[in-house]
Amino acid sequence: MTDKPERFDVIVVGAGPAGMSAAYLLAKEGLNVVVIERGDFPGSKNVMGGVLYRHPTEEIIPGFWREAPLERHVVETQTWVLTEKAAFKAAHRHEAFAQEPYNSFTVLRARFDKWMGQQVRAAGALIVPETVVEEPIMQGDKVVGVRTGRPDGDLYADVVIAADGVNSLLAQKVGLREKEIPTNEAALAVKEVIALPREVIEDRFQITGDQGVTIEMYAEATWGMVGTGFIYTNKDSLSVGCGALISQLVERGVTPNDLLEHMKSHPVVAPLLEGGETREYLAHLIPEGGLYGMPKLSTHGMLVVGDAAMLVNSMHREGSNLAMLSGKMAAQAVLRAKEWNDFSAESLAYYDQLLRDSFIYKDLYKYRNMARFFETHPEFFGFYPELLNEACREMLTVDGVSKRSKQRKIFWDALRRRMPWRMALDFYGAWRSIA
Amino acid sequence: MKKLTLEQKLFLNGFRPDRESHLAIIDQEKCRKCELRQCTYICPVNTYRWENDQITVFFEGCLECGACRIACQDCQNLEWRYPRGGFGVNYRTG
Repeated sequence: MTDKPERFDVIVVGAGPAGMSAAYLLAKEGLNVVVIERGDFPGSKNVMGGVLYRHPTEEIIPGFWREAPLERHVVETQTWVLTEKAAFKAAHRHEAFAQEPYNSFTVLRARFDKWMGQQVRAAGALIVPETVVEEPIMQGDKVVGVRTGRPDGDLYADVVIAADGVNSLLAQKVGLREKEIPTNEAALAVKEVIALPREVIEDRFQITGDQGVTIEMYAEATWGMVGTGFIYTNKDSLSVGCGALISQLVERGVTPNDLLEHMKSHPVVAPLLEGGETREYLAHLIPEGGLYGMPKLSTHGMLVVGDAAMLVNSMHREGSNLAMLSGKMAAQAVLRAKEWNDFSAESLAYYDQLLRDSFIYKDLYKYRNMARFFETHPEFFGFYPELLNEACREMLTVDGVSKRSKQRKIFWDALRRRMPWRMALDFYGAWRSIA
Repeated sequence: MKKLTLEQKLFLNGFRPDRESHLAIIDQEKCRKCELRQCTYICPVNTYRWENDQITVFFEGCLECGACRIACQDCQNLEWRYPRGGFGVNYRTG
């Protein structure tokens, strides 16, 4: 590099959905933007379960779905409650989801992000791959640039956007995240991409063409820990994974790979995977801290977006959409700051305001107590799923016992195992935590 | 489907391992006193192993998720950083 320090309008750290959204929109407005990415290409270090929502993505790149590498459009959403030997399944399919422009897609992040990187470059931003940001460059309490791992790799800019993911060392070093993420505010998820022929997937999941299905699984899928398991259909593979709170994995001494194998071998899950061949094994941390876990979002010369800002709505498995929209809001705040030539904390706090006025904040507020509630109520991942599945089995078993007697048996069995007032409190609490 | 061992799964992933580890135990003495040694089971790829009365770090298969960093925060006994630019895991699907 030259003797003169490299100067940009904006440095984006991390080529994930949040960072690339911000970079794309800012470059389109003619700003001089650089994106620093540790991987070989955007996407090579990125992991998610696999559902991308159309509406928020179109807020960044309108019409993206006509050309981006997508897997399948989701027409059916299933929720399963598992016990050791059984599953209670709920499913919803709507013809509307099979119509263009579709509602959501399954994607393989490495492929989609590579494409998005090309759009970011075409918009005029510079993407520097294979480069790690080591630390922020500060002048007093102002962030004025970043130090990269390359020789003479100091870069300067009016604003740094920290899109460096859940581990966000940058937000930590600048002091926006004061404490480490507690073990009960982060879930560890592991996933396998399992290859299967197209026709097999379409037969097994009763879909045609590029239609897709998502399945979320609870309770026994994560050995009764707070978390979920999932199966998403791709074109010629399945994304199969599960995740649970680190605190509970540690407490029970569970290894993530064992948890995944346990789920894959469940009698209701295994037939869907039969004949499949694992192609890749991935892991990712999911920030579950929600509203209470959010770091400070902006300071002088820096904004924090996406996973780095803990923007995940685990109830609705939304994360990448919140990431992209936070990237958009960061871009809006930077554009305004640029217009006023004011990159102070007060000026950039416009980003906080945009986020607070949006559905992102409202949704995180709505579910602010949910994680804590379920963490302290393990019966929703053990006792109640068992009750539900056993009640179904009892009612469906034809054995000469009258239906009324069966109902009574189910009712008294439940009451014997948990006091009615406890159950009333459980469900009132659960309802309160998500209502 | 055929069950693969963790080692077999890691063969499927693309890696460009650096020569030196990006992860390091700061003080093995602390690990000796550590009751849970949660790093030995929380890691999705079994990076940390208790061998010969100390933790050995097999960083080559690291998926860079950060779970160990969060799990070891009470002791703060882990020097955790990302691999140097261009090194580490290279996902094809993501």
